[in-house]
Amino acid sequence: MRVGIVVFPGTNCDQDMAHVYGSLLSAEVVPIWHRELDLPPLDIVVLPGGFSYGDYLRTGALAKLSPIMGAIKKFAGAGGRVIGICNGFQILCEAGLLPGALLENKGRTFLSQFVHLRAEPSNSFLTASLAPGSRLCCPIAHFQGNYFADQKTLEELESRNQIILRYVDADGNRADSDLSVNVNGSLHSIAGICNEAGNVVGMMPHPERSVELLTGGVGGDSGLSLFRAAS
Amino acid sequence: MRYRVLVRLKEGVLDVQGKAIENGLRDKSYEEVSNVRVGRMVELDVSDLSPSDAQAKVEALCKELLANPVIEDYTISEVA
Repeated sequence: MRVGIVVFPGTNCDQDMAHVYGSLLSAEVVPIWHRELDLPPLDIVVLPGGFSYGDYLRTGALAKLSPIMGAIKKFAGAGGRVIGICNGFQILCEAGLLPGALLENKGRTFLSQFVHLRAEPSNSFLTASLAPGSRLCCPIAHFQGNYFADQKTLEELESRNQIILRYVDADGNRADSDLSVNVNGSLHSIAGICNEAGNVVGMMPHPERSVELLTGGVGGDSGLSLFRAAS
Repeated sequence: MRYRVLVRLKEGVLDVQGKAIENGLRDKSYEEVSNVRVGRMVELDVSDLSPSDAQAKVEALCKELLANPVIEDYTISEVA
């Protein structure tokens, strides 16, 4: 398997992703600088987390103009698998590869903590092998993670099973209006979504930071189940 | 030609910066102030185009970059 990891100025989770795919899942990892115009043959493209372009204008807004985004749109349009994590999710939304937008956290603070997540029924390639209702625990670290979309889009996401992960409490229950559970105030407690075809996924949490028992904190290695499913 | 673009969150979209400012003002006894909304102003020059083409150019770059149509509205005006 060949995994391309896109690096923008300000990306800072590319090495974590390279560790997951390269060291833990024995994939060939190809770093891709954002000025490239083409992608080499790849099985998966990852847009990792960070602060591309210093979050200027809006998170992900300037990254969507980077030359590589044309090739990523083409790749995704042909059914190629794309994963956006944190800033990568924000970039995919800005680029129109995923619906909606990420607003500032409702509680007006940067959030750096572990969250409980519940896998929802969906056809995303990343969560397809997880039984609906199965749970993960992994870190978040963001200021703009409050998922927003208009009512019509939300209804479509729900009816087409495009919501892949939701924030839940330790017992797996959703609580949209409780900021101790739905920590950033996302509509419908949305932590991650996919496009209609299921080949483009984005999420605010960082499963790549909970992939080993030694360093995964209370999340243990639960994040690895996602990447293993997609390998 | 110089243009001024005002970008603001759509009505109904939560503006946490506005809320923070409002709360701060309340602490300073500006209790009469409410509904604070924060936007962004961008000014830019456009050269070598007719006025209508320049206006269309600014319109296009607002749609493509300066505003996110999912959450924001924008207005364009000419700066004398």
